[in-house]
Amino acid sequence: MEYEPVIGLEIHAELATKTKLFCSCSTKFGASPNSQVCPICMGLPGVLPVVNEKAVEHMIITALALNCTITRQTKFDRKNYYYPDLPKNYQISQQYFPFAKDGFLEIKLLGDEKKKIGIGNIHLEEDAGKNIHLENGKASLVDLNRTGIPLVEIVTKPDLRSPEEVEIFMDTLRDILLYTEVSDCKMEEGSLRFEANISVREKGQTHLPPRVEIKNLNSFKIVLLAIKHEIERQTKMLEKKEKVLQETRLWDEEKQITRLMRSKEEAHDYRYFPEPDLPPLFISEEEIEKIKKEMPELPNVRKERFITKYRMNEYDSRIILSDKETADFFEECLKLGENVYPGTSIFSKDIANWIAGPVTRYLNEHNTPLSKTQITPQYLVELISLVNKGLINQNTAKNILPEILEKGKAPQEIVKEKGLIQVTDEEEISQAVDKILKENQQVIDDFKKGKTNAFSFLVGQVMKSTKGKANPQTVNKLLKQKLEIL
Amino acid sequence: MELHKSTAHELHNLLVEKKISSLEITTSIYERIEKLDKKINSYITLTKESALQKAKGVDKKISKGEEISSLSGIPIAIKDIISTKEIRTTCGSKILSNYIPIYDATVIEKLKKADAVILGKTNMDEFAMGSSTENSAYGVCRNPWNISTIPGGSSGGSAACVAADFAPLSLGSDTGGSIRQPASMCGVVGLKPTYGRVSRYGLVAFASSLDQIGSFTKDVRDTAIILNIIAGHDSMDSTSVPEDVPNYTKHLINNAKNLKIGVPKEYFIKGTSKEVEKTILNSIETFKKLGAEILEISLPHTEYAVAAYYIIAPAEASSNLARYDGVHYGYRTKDEGRGARDGDISAIVDMYERTRDEGFGDEVKRRIMLGTYALSSGYYEAYYLKALKVRTLIKNDFDEAFKKCDVIITPVSPTPAFKIGEKISDPLQMYLSDIFTIPVNLAGLPAISLPCGFSSEGLPIGLQIIGKPFDEGKILQASYTFEQNTEYHLKKPKLN
Repeated sequence: MEYEPVIGLEIHAELATKTKLFCSCSTKFGASPNSQVCPICMGLPGVLPVVNEKAVEHMIITALALNCTITRQTKFDRKNYYYPDLPKNYQISQQYFPFAKDGFLEIKLLGDEKKKIGIGNIHLEEDAGKNIHLENGKASLVDLNRTGIPLVEIVTKPDLRSPEEVEIFMDTLRDILLYTEVSDCKMEEGSLRFEANISVREKGQTHLPPRVEIKNLNSFKIVLLAIKHEIERQTKMLEKKEKVLQETRLWDEEKQITRLMRSKEEAHDYRYFPEPDLPPLFISEEEIEKIKKEMPELPNVRKERFITKYRMNEYDSRIILSDKETADFFEECLKLGENVYPGTSIFSKDIANWIAGPVTRYLNEHNTPLSKTQITPQYLVELISLVNKGLINQNTAKNILPEILEKGKAPQEIVKEKGLIQVTDEEEISQAVDKILKENQQVIDDFKKGKTNAFSFLVGQVMKSTKGKANPQTVNKLLKQKLEIL
Repeated sequence: MELHKSTAHELHNLLVEKKISSLEITTSIYERIEKLDKKINSYITLTKESALQKAKGVDKKISKGEEISSLSGIPIAIKDIISTKEIRTTCGSKILSNYIPIYDATVIEKLKKADAVILGKTNMDEFAMGSSTENSAYGVCRNPWNISTIPGGSSGGSAACVAADFAPLSLGSDTGGSIRQPASMCGVVGLKPTYGRVSRYGLVAFASSLDQIGSFTKDVRDTAIILNIIAGHDSMDSTSVPEDVPNYTKHLINNAKNLKIGVPKEYFIKGTSKEVEKTILNSIETFKKLGAEILEISLPHTEYAVAAYYIIAPAEASSNLARYDGVHYGYRTKDEGRGARDGDISAIVDMYERTRDEGFGDEVKRRIMLGTYALSSGYYEAYYLKALKVRTLIKNDFDEAFKKCDVIITPVSPTPAFKIGEKISDPLQMYLSDIFTIPVNLAGLPAISLPCGFSSEGLPIGLQIIGKPFDEGKILQASYTFEQNTEYHLKKPKLN
């Protein structure tokens, strides 16, 4: 018997607003405990919430990016449950009239196949604080800095059919949230959190079996591990003709398994009811249109364009589109290349190679974002054009890159300062080759005996003696000629 | 001169004419409170030190010739459900017995800006749940007209202290009649403004969609004066309405000609005392003589109002009061840390249960249970959503009626003040004492209670005048006209 998993996700993303959802406290991560709180987010007696307009804007963007229908008169509801990190003992959320619904996100499966994953609804809610349990077990402490930070909850339809699809979906969604600057998606700071609903059925069936909800999934890796584990667990049960029950399970990080949190019978009754402190929120056509106009091109659309228009390969496009800043940088370089150096063969391919190659390598090694470096599109285009004009060689270019990135110096200036202009004069190179050959009789002998690395050693020596400025092709050519006649 | 008997506007004139100082006024009121409030128990907390300080500050301003507001240097009492920075705010509950707020309610900020002198915090039914001020963790409050009777509730302390001349005016809150009913029983003027007219920021929530802050005063002029100060949109309260605030004192016009008064037939029912009914009919007669046009109107869904209210208000309360759990502030059980009982209750749940069991009184627990039940899955549609539909019908009734009339006149309460202990063990009887005031909250309308007569036992009876949304002006005009042509408001209880 063949089985297939049916998977739905609930994604909580912190919205990248400066202030909280219902008060003006800062949302900055990492402040000392309870330093970003006020009577409102502490839930003191008598306080009232006022909706953050920026959060509403972010919600409209998310809804548009996920092709949802925006509820014109959206409402808030109270979700009632007791927990020390929830000082009001209810969370302001949206149950009956969620912000938007019935959307989809198109993902690109392996082999270029596309699939639409349905979005059931997206809604706006406030985050809870954090409980910290002392190791000696003597007390638990509560930090309310996170309390009231706006969250968007995205609920997919049960359209995902494998861990691989889940991974692609999560990547695509994260790119969109990052790209539209709706969320910073920092998993390690808890700005992106997942819950998964999983059931397994015989392949070919269309009914939805009772679903198992898994909570506490705090990284992409854990989501995938937990889903794989849960599919295995349920498949084994089905094979043994056991019944899978609707229940909520937790990912146990230590044992790497899911374990029962509560059964269907123990499920909370959240007693949702309309939040009387907040009147309905009217979202106007004009507001939606205005935001639509200002919305950045979505990453999947941009990627499509990069691949078709610039013939960018999959690898380069993934790196360049990993964040909006890099992609914008790329397009800025292209524009400059066309404007500033017409006919100097600044090709999009060169720019893509440079960004995806040496620049990215540097950023990874130094663990820094592009925005923190001093390079400008102008400098990168200048650097590439120096190479393409044959004024410096590729190696020299790579060698001076760190200086451009760190000090923000113009490539021309560095080259001039250090006298790095490439030597293309054959006479000059020929002299250098002769000198090296004279000094390395042993190596020449090795070469004659067939030791191939002897040749590269000689090339290296010539380059070294010209301080790297010699045109490598010319060095190769002359060396070969001279060795043949020796 | 008996300063304590004066109204706020009389005191203001004396201050402006420099015939008296705010310090003298404040001191004389405290003397009276200290001497006589033992009998009434209208205050939970007095703030004498800061009040005298404030009074001196105002006197300095006056002596320098600075212009002062209509409430500058005037003492005022605040119901203990309104958040006051650095002044304990108990809500009449043990669970907040040690709670000192770190912020002021918007109305308190406005009063402070107007240089009013805050005397202290007044007694009330716990979390405003009750109609007699017997449900207070700080002792029963008594009616100055007869101390064996209740002052009404839940703002019993705020009504009693004005009636007993322990304050020229006070603030209260009204969720189902909690200003109008005690005003009626204590023979003072009590106004519940339109929902959204006065900011609720800092009013500790009982039922958020019904709660509204209002005032108790000795006459209608003072009602207009304090409304001028506390009314207005507040960016901290999304349910407050950005509607212009007129100068309410301009509506104090002694003229009932062309005033169309609706009298709903459904409000003269079995269970209303003959004395109350007769008094209200007399008042209607008075209006008629003054030139008003009296029309019979119908509010057909009135009989369902109490039932709908006792679903909606407890439902909201069950959620609003969830925060009193002993974790962050307020009372916490002394018996915490027991941990698991019967093996399935965690230490934290045990602490919640003990704290709330010990911290809340019976009536509060009763309403939390009612509300929790009404919101439970499987009952939500049958109770809560049905109650919301009834609420809409009641609102429609009023909309329909106001097409024909300017204001509506009804009794405030079916009976004058009842005896302490008389209804405390019969919640349903207690709930029915708000039968005429509850529909007004469900519809979000403004309404006033005005002294209009006395029972054979000498207890005050109040007249309710209900207005259109944001038409407090018309209510004030009708009330002022009635007051100018009657003398009920001048009679005082004998306390000594």
